[in-house]
Formats: sequence, structure tokens, C-alpha cells
Amino acid sequence: MTRKRRRLYFVLAAMLILAGAAALVLGALQSEITYFYSPTDLAAGNAPAGRSIRLGGLVEEGSVERLDDGVTTAFRVTDLTNSVPVTYRGLLPDLFREGQGVVTEGSIGADGAFVAREVLAKHDENYMPREVTDALKKSGQWRDPAETTE
Amino acid sequence: MIPEIGHFALVLALAVALVQGSVPIIGAARGRTAWMDVARPAALLQLALISIAFLALMWAYVVSDFTVLNVVRNSHTAKPLLYKISGVWGNHEGSMVLWVLILAAFGAAVAVFGGNLPPALRARVLSVQAWIAIGFLAFSLLTSNPFERIFPAPLNGRDLNPLLQDPGLAFHPPMLYAGYVGFSMAFSFAIAALIEGRVDPAWARWVRPWTLVAWCFLTAGITLGSWWAYYELGWGGWWFWDPVENASFMPWLMGTALLHSAIVVEKRDALKAWTILLAILTFSLSLIGTFIVRSGLLTSVHAFATDPERGLFILLLLCLTIGGSLILFAVRAPAVQAGGLFAPVSREGALVLNNLLLVVACGTVFLGTLYPLFLEAATGDKISVGPPFYNKTFVPIMVPLIAVMAVGPFLAWKRADLAGVLSRLKFAFAAAVLAALGAVALEGGPVLAVLAMGLAAWLFVGTLAEWAGRIKLFRAPLGDSLRRARGLPRSAHGMTLAHAGLAIAMAGMTAAASWKVESVQTMQPGDSVELAGYTYRLDRVDQVQGPNYTSDMGQVTISREGRQIAQLTPEKRLYPVQQMPTTEAGIHTTGLADLYVVVGDPDDAGGWTVRIFHEPLVPWIWAGVLLMVLGGIVSLSDRRFRLGAPARRAKAPAGATAARA
Repeated sequence: MTRKRRRLYFVLAAMLILAGAAALVLGALQSEITYFYSPTDLAAGNAPAGRSIRLGGLVEEGSVERLDDGVTTAFRVTDLTNSVPVTYRGLLPDLFREGQGVVTEGSIGADGAFVAREVLAKHDENYMPREVTDALKKSGQWRDPAETTE
Repeated sequence: MIPEIGHFALVLALAVALVQGSVPIIGAARGRTAWMDVARPAALLQLALISIAFLALMWAYVVSDFTVLNVVRNSHTAKPLLYKISGVWGNHEGSMVLWVLILAAFGAAVAVFGGNLPPALRARVLSVQAWIAIGFLAFSLLTSNPFERIFPAPLNGRDLNPLLQDPGLAFHPPMLYAGYVGFSMAFSFAIAALIEGRVDPAWARWVRPWTLVAWCFLTAGITLGSWWAYYELGWGGWWFWDPVENASFMPWLMGTALLHSAIVVEKRDALKAWTILLAILTFSLSLIGTFIVRSGLLTSVHAFATDPERGLFILLLLCLTIGGSLILFAVRAPAVQAGGLFAPVSREGALVLNNLLLVVACGTVFLGTLYPLFLEAATGDKISVGPPFYNKTFVPIMVPLIAVMAVGPFLAWKRADLAGVLSRLKFAFAAAVLAALGAVALEGGPVLAVLAMGLAAWLFVGTLAEWAGRIKLFRAPLGDSLRRARGLPRSAHGMTLAHAGLAIAMAGMTAAASWKVESVQTMQPGDSVELAGYTYRLDRVDQVQGPNYTSDMGQVTISREGRQIAQLTPEKRLYPVQQMPTTEAGIHTTGLADLYVVVGDPDDAGGWTVRIFHEPLVPWIWAGVLLMVLGGIVSLSDRRFRLGAPARRAKAPAGATAARA
């Protein structure tokens, strides 16, 4: 086995693995990524129905209610221009509050309401998901939360 | 006064680092012994100074000195002492001091234990370590001074984020950082080797144990974080493929590859340039891991307070370190001579395959983590990449890796007989088939999960078979086998433990991902729910007062076929200072599964939302990882790695002879 021959084998093996991985990644990027939408995007009908998407904004004040089965919560996510009704079955994260930023993952149901499979928690009171900040900026409703920074 | 001493010590440490980063390396280039000898005392002095700074900050936390802004923001007088101390690194500024402290400790380790290294190599390594320290000390002093004062001092602090007030998370950052920073050793040695243009086995005998130390810390650190997420967040999951998690997982994958390629350099003097590249990449990913999330570049729901203003400095620092070292590699790598030859089917060949697969797997994680950033910059679309992506990319790449992992240790160096090796793996193959059939019979379910259970059994039995073969277990008298086991190098035992641990952890991960059951409902006190053969009864919910929180503590009794098995006390806590609720899950482990209960909010009718998970084999994940770390520690105790050992075969390099003269 010469040095050149050995190198050829390894380059071939490396190419094979890389090509396989590239195929896997490209395939997964086609089907397995989740797009983020703001309530205004949803209101404009930009989002595909049935596909898994993320919706983010603020939890509208006074919109949170628990449905009769005791474990489903209904609330509205707003960017202060439009708002979207959301239902979620399960335990809400600890920092889920009215007026606070939230990101949910799920899909649009037949009635146009958003059915969340997951409500993403944040770990820090002052942390606002960047997508939510941008969504609010886009709707022109962003106020710098000066009180949370020195 | 004490905070000022700390601040001053940090400034002095920067000055010492400047000396350490310049004088020894110039001395090494010119062959001046006296200049090179500056490195060792400088490294020790730097450790002493940064320790003073760190202790000063810790003192400010322990006595609750609210004239220090950092303490005000992250501490409170009512907080238990453990969390006052862990609060030091529970924030950005303090964690940076911890980072440079660990860096200085590793540098001091080279100074203390490096007596048998060629002096020129040691001088260069310590200088490179000092360059890293300069970057981060400057970052700390210029953008995130932990000793900043506040006037007038408030009466009390704002408390540490309650989620961080947890024993698991108190030790997660130091472990993780020890892992990240530990890879700086391999990095500094790689840069020093590039400057010298040579890599000898003595080099690998140094790099390998220190990489192993870093790897053990990182493995333990990642696991502590994952374990914390599992019991503290109350989501019933332990890994979410979130950017924060990926950031720590990438250096782990790359570091694991480095660990294995360093073996080839040490034993066979081959793959030298590749190993240097891996060392550079591993440390680069560690830097990215430390900063990319804090800088606010990537969003993550797991992120704690971020500060985008520091982003530019961080980006600059990353570009300089990573770009500079890669350019140096491109220029100097051809000078590193290629080593021994080997056939594709050989131990070296298997390790190369391991390296290729690990690096490519790391690449998919890297793409998944950063792709949202690229896409948003390019098109403005906001996306997130979650578990489905990694299940379709990372997981399939792991399958051949695990399959080869059982075979690799059987192969001989240079050239191996594959057919002979495979015939010795027949028991492993039988075990794999049995495990797969067992998975189908017990649970059924996805093909990939069944395959993964089979693979885990293949790896486990294959690993044990290799060990048994080495000590001739059952083929020689038992006493003979025991004597052989004692005679086996510790690193061989270590590998067996680590590989078997991975097999066990893999079975746990697969089962947890595929066969978890959950149920959510409202329960009145006295209500019962049945899940996976266990009955959960909510007895009552009490109001309990903790040191700095109040708690709704549920009493849940678990029974099976009428026999009581366990009593759990899941809690919902409220920390009044930050007005923040947290969840404490109640977990009972049977060894084969975790029974996991979370109490949510009360409803108007006196009932409580209760979420119950049946988590099969999750305890195996923790046990498996524990075995992996144990394997690393056993390997470290190998005689070859002990102090003084490398001198045995080290040839004195040219630079060193000049220096000694």
C-alpha cells in the first residue's frame, strides 16, 4: 500500500460520507424546518395550513382562559396590530403570563385557530425572544423596555 | 476595598499575561534559556492573581456587598449560601472570571507538570495560553467588569434567577467551562507544534491525557445541564436540540474525535496534521459554545440574559483566534511530516472512520444550529430547526459509527483480518438480534428505534467481548484471567467502560425518545390516574414555606397492583423577589423507568392540573454517561500518563538541545 493509494482510499471514504451527509441535510432542510410567523402574517393568510410553524408575539391581556376539560388553555397571541386565537393542551410554562412575549409551535386548524403542540418557555424574566421583538417592530408597536435594562 | 483589590488583581493578571505571551516565545525562537524560563513563574503568578480576583468576587457575594453592581443584580441576602457562591458564575461577568481562572489553572498545570517537556515547546505552549488569556482578560476588563460599583447601594439585591438556584445547575457551569477551557491545552500544543513545524510522540503523550481531562469535564458538564433540564423544567424531556445545547455538544463531538486521533499520533506517529486541525477546531467550537448564545446572535428559549452589545468584541475575538490559527495551519501544516503507513482495514483505519463520522456529525449539528442565522441574513425568513431535523441527519450518521465502534477495538494496528474479527463478534450479533426482537415484542414501534436498540446491544456485547478476549475470560482458568485483567493497561479498561457506557446511554436515549407515555388532567385531592401499569393518587396539596420561596407541594402516592411503591412531592414554587414561579418535578426511579409527576396550576373548583410521564430507561442515560466519565478517569490513571512517564521515549528535539546548551 503506497502513501498515494492510502490517501485515495481516505479521500474516497471522506467524499462518500460527506455526500451522504449532504444529501441527508438537504433533504431535512426541505421538510423539517419550522418557519416563524407573526400574527399579522397569519392574518394576511401567508402561512400554510396544516404544516408545523411557529407563531410568536405577546399574550394578549385578558385573553387567557381555561376550557372546560381543565387541561386546555385558550389565549390570543398578538403583535398589537392583529391577534390570533391559540389553544394549547397541557401545562403552560412557568413564565407564561398575559402581556409577556411567547413563542408557540403548532399548526393552523380547520377553523383558522392555531393549535399549539408546544408553548416554549423562557428561563429569564427579562428575556424577550428576538423573533417577538422583530414581530413587534414590524407592526410598529415596539417599545424599548427601558425599565429592564440599566 | 476588597472588590478594588480584585479588580486590580485582574489588571495585573493582564500585564503578566502580556509578558508571558511575548518573552518566552521570542526566547524560544532565539534559543535563549533565560527568556524561556520566564514562562513558568509567569503562569503561576497569573493563576495567583486571577485566584485573588475570583475570591474577591466570591467574598462580595458571600457577605452580600451591595455596593457591587454584579452582586445587586444576582444575589439576595435570603439566598442559601450555596447559591450565593454559585451566583458568582451564574451571570455573564462572573462567569468570565471563572473562565480565565480555569484557563490560568491549566496554564499553571503545564508550568508545574511540564518539567519533562522540551523547554522550547513548553515556552511556546505557555505563550499561546497567555495569548488566549490576554483576549479574555481584556474582554472582561473592557466590556464586562464584574467589580463595578453602584452608588447609592440598594438595601437588597435582585436575587439570582430561581431556575439557577439548584444544586445540579450550581456545578454545571464550572464543569462545562473546565471542559471548554481544557481544550485550550490541545489548542496551545497544536499552535506550538505548528510554530515548531514538528510533532513527536511526546507531543501526543501530553495532548492526549489533557484532552481526556477536558473531555471528562465536558461530558459531566453537559450531562449535569441535561439532567437539570429534565427534573427542573418539568417538560419530561432531557435534550431538546436547542442552540444552547448544541453549542456545548459540538465541541464534545469534535473533542471525542480528537481524543481518538491523538491515540493514532501517539501509537503510530500518523495523522499528525489532521490531529492538529482537530485540536484547533475543537477549541474554536468551545469558544463559539461559550459566546454565541450569550452574544444574542442565536436565539434560544434556554438563553439566560443576553447582551448583544458585547457581540462585536466577541465576534472580533472569535475571528482573530479561529481565523488566525487556521491560517497558521494552512501555512505550516505541510511542514509536519506524514507518519506510518497502514491499510484501510486496521485499527488506524477504524479510528479514521470514527473521526470522519464524528466530524461530519458535528458538521450537521453546526449547520442545523447556524442555518437559521444564514437564512435570515440572506432572505429575511425566520425559521427554527428542531428535533425532526436532527433525527433525519445526525441520527443516521451515528448508526454506522456505533456499528463500527464494536469492531474497531478488535482490529490490529497497521493491518487487520476483518473476517476473523467478525467471527469473534457472533455473540454481539446474536445479542443485537435478540434485543431488537425483544424491543418489538415488548413495545413494538418505529423501525429506527428497534434498530437502535439492536445496535446498543451490539455495541455493549461487542465491547465486553473484546475485553473478555483480552483477558481470556472462560478460556483460561479464572485466576489466570484475573491476573491478565490486572496486567491490562488502565486505558484498556477505560475504553471498555466508556464504550459500554455509551451503549447503555444509547439504549436509554432510544427508549426515552420512542416509548415515553404521558397524561395530563385535572385532579381533585383523592383522585387517581393510571399510566403504564402504575396508579398515581393525588393525596393533597400543601402550602410550604422555603428559605426564599413559598411552595405548593403535592403529595402523590404511586402504587402498582395495590402495593404502594413511592410517595412523591412535586412542587410549584414562587420566588417572591423576582415574582417567578418554578417547577420541581417529583421523580421516582425504578431502574427501568422514571415515574415523573408535575403539579401545575389550581383551578377554581379546588382541583390541580397534573402532568404524569412514564419515562422508560431514562435512568440508563445517566448511568451510561457516568460510566463514560468513569472510563475517562480510569484511563487517566494509566501509568503512561503519570508524571515523568513521557520522558522515557521522548527524543530531544533540535530546539531543545540548543536551549539546553
